Amino acid sequence: MKILVPLKRVPDPDTKIRLKPDGTGVETDGVKFSVNPFDAIALEEALRLEEKLGEMDIVVVSIGGEASIEQLRVGLAMGAQRALLIKTGAALDSLAVAKILAAVYQREQPDFVLMGKQAIDDDANQTGQMLAALLGIGQATFVSRLELVEQRTRARCARETDAGLESITVKLPAIITADLRLNEPRYVSLPGIMKAKKKPLEELELEALGVAAVARTTVLHYEAPPSRQAGVRVPTVEALVDKLKNEAKVI
Amino acid sequence: MPELQPLPAHLIGGNFLLTETDPGRVFTPEDLTAEQRLMAQTAEKFMEKEVLPHLEALEHQEGDWSRRLFRQAGGLGLLGMGVPADYDGLELDRATIVGVEEQLTRLGGFGVTCGAHSGIGSQPLQYFGTEAQKKKYLAKLASGQWMGAYALSEAGSGSDALGLRTKAELSADGKHYILNGTKMWISNAAWADLFTVFARVDGQQVTAFLVERTFPGVSTGKEEHKLGIKSSSTRRVILEDAKVPVENLLGGVGKGAYIAFNILNSGRFKLGAGAMGAAKEALRGATQYALERHQFGRPLAGFGLIQQKLAEMAVRIFAGESAVYRTAAMMDAVFATGETLAATEPPFPRGLEEFALECSIIKVACSEILDDVADESLQIHGGYGYTEEFSAARTVRDSRINRIFEGTNEINRLFIPGLLLRRAQRGRLPLIGAITKVTQDLLSPAPLEDQSGEDLLSAARGLLGNAKKLTLFIAGVAHQKFGDKMIEEQEVGAALSDLIIDVYLGESAWLRTAKARSTRRETSVLADLTLQFINDAVGRMEGHARRALAALSQGDELRAQLGMVRRLLRWTPLNTVARGRSIARRLCERGSYPALLAAP
Repeated sequence: MKILVPLKRVPDPDTKIRLKPDGTGVETDGVKFSVNPFDAIALEEALRLEEKLGEMDIVVVSIGGEASIEQLRVGLAMGAQRALLIKTGAALDSLAVAKILAAVYQREQPDFVLMGKQAIDDDANQTGQMLAALLGIGQATFVSRLELVEQRTRARCARETDAGLESITVKLPAIITADLRLNEPRYVSLPGIMKAKKKPLEELELEALGVAAVARTTVLHYEAPPSRQAGVRVPTVEALVDKLKNEAKVI
Repeated sequence: MPELQPLPAHLIGGNFLLTETDPGRVFTPEDLTAEQRLMAQTAEKFMEKEVLPHLEALEHQEGDWSRRLFRQAGGLGLLGMGVPADYDGLELDRATIVGVEEQLTRLGGFGVTCGAHSGIGSQPLQYFGTEAQKKKYLAKLASGQWMGAYALSEAGSGSDALGLRTKAELSADGKHYILNGTKMWISNAAWADLFTVFARVDGQQVTAFLVERTFPGVSTGKEEHKLGIKSSSTRRVILEDAKVPVENLLGGVGKGAYIAFNILNSGRFKLGAGAMGAAKEALRGATQYALERHQFGRPLAGFGLIQQKLAEMAVRIFAGESAVYRTAAMMDAVFATGETLAATEPPFPRGLEEFALECSIIKVACSEILDDVADESLQIHGGYGYTEEFSAARTVRDSRINRIFEGTNEINRLFIPGLLLRRAQRGRLPLIGAITKVTQDLLSPAPLEDQSGEDLLSAARGLLGNAKKLTLFIAGVAHQKFGDKMIEEQEVGAALSDLIIDVYLGESAWLRTAKARSTRRETSVLADLTLQFINDAVGRMEGHARRALAALSQGDELRAQLGMVRRLLRWTPLNTVARGRSIARRLCERGSYPALLAAP
């Protein structure tokens, strides 16, 4: 079986985010980058399926500049067999990314796509759903348990919803997006890093895929959240209710 | 013995004192590849997610957490990084390993367990073992399936390591050596499976043996009650008619001293490198606390005296780290020549021996930087620092051992001038010619190059060059007065060492900045840290030089020499207050030491 796992390069969750003074974006110099944690969970699940079911072709793909090779190497070091970088310097939104991934899907013809439910940088949570729609195939999002059933023709998934766990079965090929509780990704072992050096990493210009990456949304301005104000101590419950009602206007 | 191939100037041990090094030839942390950084990240995550949550249990040696985490580290490849691939190691170079081990040493005792295993616990076998011995044991050690330990010290022989009394006698059938004696302060003793034990064959020749824990007659004493590194095990190893097969003799009868000292070179380097990891962690904790703790309505980080401490920590860590990475790559380069020294059977790599002097510098400097950083971090924590609520108190306890083990800093301070002289006598370093030339130059009336008017970094390089001349001059005066008995003049020897240490660290920081300048657009932080270090070193060096000369000369001669000290170390003090504040401000913005150095 072939599983396609997209990996996005994002600022490390532990890094301190600073904005450019003119508000045009996030300061990237001196910032540590990582694989989007939800994508790492997706890859881990693919690797566990392989361990359970026997050899698979796990292909990791990233879209962006040369810097994303770093994240693809992490994917290879974790255990993916092959990596593909779609090179572009263009600013992309969720739909543009979904269109590019759709083209990658047509090229690679995987049995299914396993990806993070969202990226922790823009938190859009749209690409997986859009990709399924573009390809006209099924989707299982926010997945916290995954099992291949019926001779691997379907995936039985537990979805985390506000109301609780929803159990669904989706016909493959499909887009499956990983939630936090699906698994805990493994460490990138040192022998894994050494082996990754010898694994194939293909670089492809976006144009060569035959897709135009046009973002339909534009970010106008970034602003840091206001820093937390000092708290106040209220003498009585009545005073608290009054403040919540009239000052904070939340009740 | 075959002639040794000549090495390029920058790869001759001790030669940094006689020549100038081209910045393009040094390795710096900025040169680490993405892959090398990724390996360090694995270790960082492992420490944070696996070791930190069990720190309390580790500190009390509860359960079998040490062994479990040790094995887990082995599974990630963290314990056999330097071991050849033929023996299931990763065959990584030191420059890579340093980055990984800095992470493993962030949390005191567990780092000691891992370091003692992969360093002095495995390297005697790796570098001095026969094929058969390595086949039998090395892969087990590299994977973490087995733990290694090094047993040299005894109750009566600590610094005087070769004063050891443990005996080894050949059994009547010639198949075993029978070992008797007690080894003291053995790291990993509680858990180790294989000990490298030093003993005297027939009560005479110091020889190393590979001793399995399960050999008859091998036992360990009770756990020592230590000041710090409580997560690690330290015990006596007791040998009572211990039967060691003759094939477990390492490196040849009477070759123990070569093994003991050359393994300690490597061990000292690793110790210093690890100390930088612990120091960075202490600085991170201090920075975080200074930002969170408010007094007089401001965070501590807003006060000048706290900023001064934070900046001083960063400055010294920067210099220590620069020296560590520079030396790592120098050792790698000499190891890569594949040359061996035939003193033992089989012969051992030249790379293990060439930089004994630099390894001692790194051991002394980095352990003292760590101690000072740990101490100031506790101070910033105030009353909380004196409690166990924060890690500052534990860090102080844990760091202290580094000035003691693997050769006390006093012993290492004596090694440094001793090694220079010995290398000169053996024709490995053109020291005497250099001293003669410097002495003639300095005594001739020709004026020194004027450093004023140039930019600060050029002036700093000029100053380092003059400090080298001064050091060589004092060495010459001492040698003239005491000859080969100079070694008895320990105070003068230590003053020379301190000069040499500041020169090596200052120059390493300078070279790193100069190299970064050629590839990076913005290096002002690197330059600030370098200049601050060199500026502070001037005062220290002047003190050492004056103390040494006052012990060597008197009257008009002394006055003339002191005039020369002033001339050579002429330096207009920098505004360290302003520069320190700016370093501290940036450190607080970025939150950690490595982030401090990143481009803006």
